[in-house]
Amino acid sequence: MHAYANPARFLKIARPLTGWLGLVGGVLLILCVVYGVLFGPADYLQGDTVRIIYIHVPAAWLGMAGWSGIAIASAMQLIWRHPLAGVAGRACALPGAVFAAICLATGAIWGRPTWGTWWEWDGRLTSMLVLFFLYLAYMALSRAERDADGESAGEGRMTAIFGLIGAINLPIIHYSVLWWRTLHQGQSISLMKGSSIDASMLWPLLGAAVGASLLFGAIVLMRMRAELAETKLEMRMRRLAAS
Amino acid sequence: MKAKNQRLILIVAAVVAMLGAVLLAMSGLKDQAAYFYAPSDVLRSPPALDRDVRLGGMVRTGSVKKLADGVTIRFVVEDERHAIPVEFKGIVPDLFREGSGVVAEGKFVTPGQFVASNILAKHDERYMPPQMAGDKHKTGRVS
Repeated sequence: MHAYANPARFLKIARPLTGWLGLVGGVLLILCVVYGVLFGPADYLQGDTVRIIYIHVPAAWLGMAGWSGIAIASAMQLIWRHPLAGVAGRACALPGAVFAAICLATGAIWGRPTWGTWWEWDGRLTSMLVLFFLYLAYMALSRAERDADGESAGEGRMTAIFGLIGAINLPIIHYSVLWWRTLHQGQSISLMKGSSIDASMLWPLLGAAVGASLLFGAIVLMRMRAELAETKLEMRMRRLAAS
Repeated sequence: MKAKNQRLILIVAAVVAMLGAVLLAMSGLKDQAAYFYAPSDVLRSPPALDRDVRLGGMVRTGSVKKLADGVTIRFVVEDERHAIPVEFKGIVPDLFREGSGVVAEGKFVTPGQFVASNILAKHDERYMPPQMAGDKHKTGRVS
């Protein structure tokens, strides 16, 4: 990984990769969602309402995957002092927060016609809302720490520690439906037991999740490049001012 | 020992300790964080009368009866061991069906009779097209 510690080498790979990930991910996501919403089967119990699953589940997955990215980047920053790890962690925050918000919104829209309520404070819903708030806190903290002056300014060590601690919410979200009685149903896809979603719905769902993940990768690379460019600009302006 | 190895060990130890602490706390919260009481919980430690509680379980097949006034229904909520009769006046969600999950919000008027003020439907984790469902998965529609 330290081969990419040099931003120039990282950018050489990241620049073309951004476009490809965005293009392939975007096309796959749109194809799978359009197929699922317009042409795929309805559910035996919920009818057409089930079609929101093609948005809700990929959004939930990326809301959680985004924080996993933050946690891994934070660990790399704290342990190996990888110069791009902080940049990568910060780049995951905004798209992760947006996907978590999409998950909460589509969940409410789905819950009203099926469960009969927009929102209930059960284990799954509450822990997902906490994840969204953690994203907001992470973004506020990283902004504050970058703006701070002094010896450690710009390193973002507090932000990284927060990113690592916040990851504790991920297993809570995942196991909430197993540990506690919740209104939200149990998990449909598990490594041990396979899937209780029929194959005709599962494949477009997995396709949409993969497509959204590639798109997420493109957004993260784009945001990393933007931050690197901004830093470069700042240093150049400082040099100009000094001379 | 190199500084980065020291940091690695320190952070792994911190993460493991934190994970253990939170997971212990969360499984300790099992009863407090439950979103509803199951009928067997009620049997074991009955909640106070006239206290707002949620009662959850399966709607017993064949138990839903509509009363003469046309808006009140009676049904039985059950789990593996116990069953409680529920009375509700109002409109139920579409997914409220016999043999399917339900969460009733309301009060016990007597230790054996629950009066609901709101009904939420709880569905399971299976999704499939109608032709796949067959009779095995069919749940009774309440009209």
